Amino acid sequence: MWLYALRRIILTIPILFGVTVICFALVQIAPGDPIQNLLSPTASQADAERLRAAYGLDKPLPVQYVIWLGKVLVGDMGMSIANNTPVTGEVLRAFTNTIVIAMIAVVIAFILSTIFGVAAAYRSGGLVDKAITAVAVFGISVPTFWLGVILVIIFAVNLSWLPATGMGAGGSKGFDYLSWSDFRFAVMPIIALALPPLGIMTRTTRSSLSEILNQDFVQTLRAKGLSEFEVMVHAVRNIMPAAVAMLGLQLGYLIGGSVLVETVFTWPGTGYLLNKAILTRDIPLLQGTILVLATAFVLINLVVDLAQSLIDPRIKRS
Amino acid sequence: MNDMTTPNLSGSQPLATPFVSVKDLRVRFVSREATVRAVNGVTFDLARGEVLCVIGESGSGKSVMMRSLLRLHPKKRTVIEGSMQVGEHDIGTVSDRVLSKLRGSTISMIFQEPMTALDPLYTIGDQIAETVRRHEGLGREAAWARALELLELVRVPSPERRLKAYPHELSGGLRQRAMIAVALSCRPSLLLADEPTTALDASVQIQVLVLLRRLQREMDMSMIFVTHDLGVAAQIADKVAVMYAGRIIEYGSVGDVLNRPQHPYTQAMLASTVKDQERVVPLEAIAGSPPDLRALPEGCSFLPRCAYAEPECAVAMPSETVDASRHMARCYRVGLEGKRLAFNGSALPPGGRATPAPMAAERAEMLGRSA
Repeated sequence: MWLYALRRIILTIPILFGVTVICFALVQIAPGDPIQNLLSPTASQADAERLRAAYGLDKPLPVQYVIWLGKVLVGDMGMSIANNTPVTGEVLRAFTNTIVIAMIAVVIAFILSTIFGVAAAYRSGGLVDKAITAVAVFGISVPTFWLGVILVIIFAVNLSWLPATGMGAGGSKGFDYLSWSDFRFAVMPIIALALPPLGIMTRTTRSSLSEILNQDFVQTLRAKGLSEFEVMVHAVRNIMPAAVAMLGLQLGYLIGGSVLVETVFTWPGTGYLLNKAILTRDIPLLQGTILVLATAFVLINLVVDLAQSLIDPRIKRS
Repeated sequence: MNDMTTPNLSGSQPLATPFVSVKDLRVRFVSREATVRAVNGVTFDLARGEVLCVIGESGSGKSVMMRSLLRLHPKKRTVIEGSMQVGEHDIGTVSDRVLSKLRGSTISMIFQEPMTALDPLYTIGDQIAETVRRHEGLGREAAWARALELLELVRVPSPERRLKAYPHELSGGLRQRAMIAVALSCRPSLLLADEPTTALDASVQIQVLVLLRRLQREMDMSMIFVTHDLGVAAQIADKVAVMYAGRIIEYGSVGDVLNRPQHPYTQAMLASTVKDQERVVPLEAIAGSPPDLRALPEGCSFLPRCAYAEPECAVAMPSETVDASRHMARCYRVGLEGKRLAFNGSALPPGGRATPAPMAAERAEMLGRSA
């Protein structure tokens, strides 16, 4: 087990290295010149060159990469060109905002989808099954930004139960997820984020459960005299490797694809930050944000792999 | 010893009361498209400590009949009729709660595929201990100790290590032994074995078979053993039932059925096994295939493949003919001659083969082509 974990962790190092190369290269390939954006139209060519040298953008690309990588490794992702603030702090703050609501959303989706999936598979073909399928299909099909707007209209405008947007007066600093006066700002973004994964995971849970319930060993369990509940515990444990993989995938999807939801709710997360960085051609900020997101994605996959090997003893072998 | 002072319950019962008594069992699977009549009136008795071998080809209803004894079929789509008495319980009518108490303790089952019959995510020890804890309310430690004893009982080498092993870490033979350990964990009175040796290597097959026979004798279990291997049946059985299209068409002691087969199907099946014949003599195969269980004909279900068919065979299924030694066959050509069953093959075409001539010719042609 520990050997497998160690091997799997070592294997992520070259992946992360590749991630830095791609993050750096992609931004360079994209058209546009950040220096031109910063300068006033009247600035001379010499001014532009001086500014370029100040940001280190005059050196050859490989050299720029090595310098950038060296700094990234010690936690320095440079200064934002647009704000002139350290990128690291800004990205990490935004990332915290994103990952916390994404994790809450995906855990809620995971728990509910397991319950729904079990209920649907147990009463396969019945009314409960059909109702759950309907909810799942709704979750999969509804665009999150539309859902976000509808939630705002119902709960913020009509009912005035929840605040419509933002993180409240304190903003991102000092936001306390444990106090209701702060957390209520996060409720609607979490619901909007949770619904699509809930739909997808309910469907996959249901189908993999009915597959497992048709396997021979389930009959053995019944023949041993286990109750239907105990049989279901065995079956649910057997779908967990697949369910955990799906959970990791959905979490990755949420942290990378939260641009729309964060825009609707003006939630200051990475999606929001990414949007801003692209519009202002803020290369250090863009690189930093992408790097943090990609790294998070790789680490989530690592955790999923380790969790799977904990559940399924057969995985360690391969 | 305690056993000496307490009255022996099985002895106090009259000898005529068998431990297992199945009467006119009928099982059909109902779906929107069709009704499959898998078992069509099976009746047999089994005494305590006896082994009944159920023989038949695929689709003869032998496995379905076995699974009915534990009511393992999906409730919604299955209709079970008739009575299945095991000890004092009628399996067909007991409540689900009583049934789940009987399953794995009084009646337990071994399945054909050791590869897929165990949960891949639980250790062997866990799967044995789970059954013991469920039925005997033992604690964790005690259940593990029992699991270890059971692995020793089924002769698994280095049992301490195997307790912590997962099914995929064991060979097929060891897995089947583990499966047997699970089945025997609560000292069942009736063991149902559904082709337990079919998926194993020939050498392992014999070992498992000998083990089962020994344990069955030691624990004085009744056993119903489904197989399509006549050699296996000869090894292990006290009684043999031959099934065809969901009915028992011949029944009797192992010596009677295998040495003096009466029903044309049993005769043909015995003729199709490899014995001491010369290599050049082609093996006899039973031509044709078993009937469609969705649309069974009125008459004898073996009729289309029978070499001795007569017009009356198409009218109704023959009733049972039983002799003094309780050898039974269901065929119009089987009659009583003194105290024994006798097969009347006199109206045979010259040559007296167990298959119709045209089919034999067809088979010879096929063999010639493949040679």
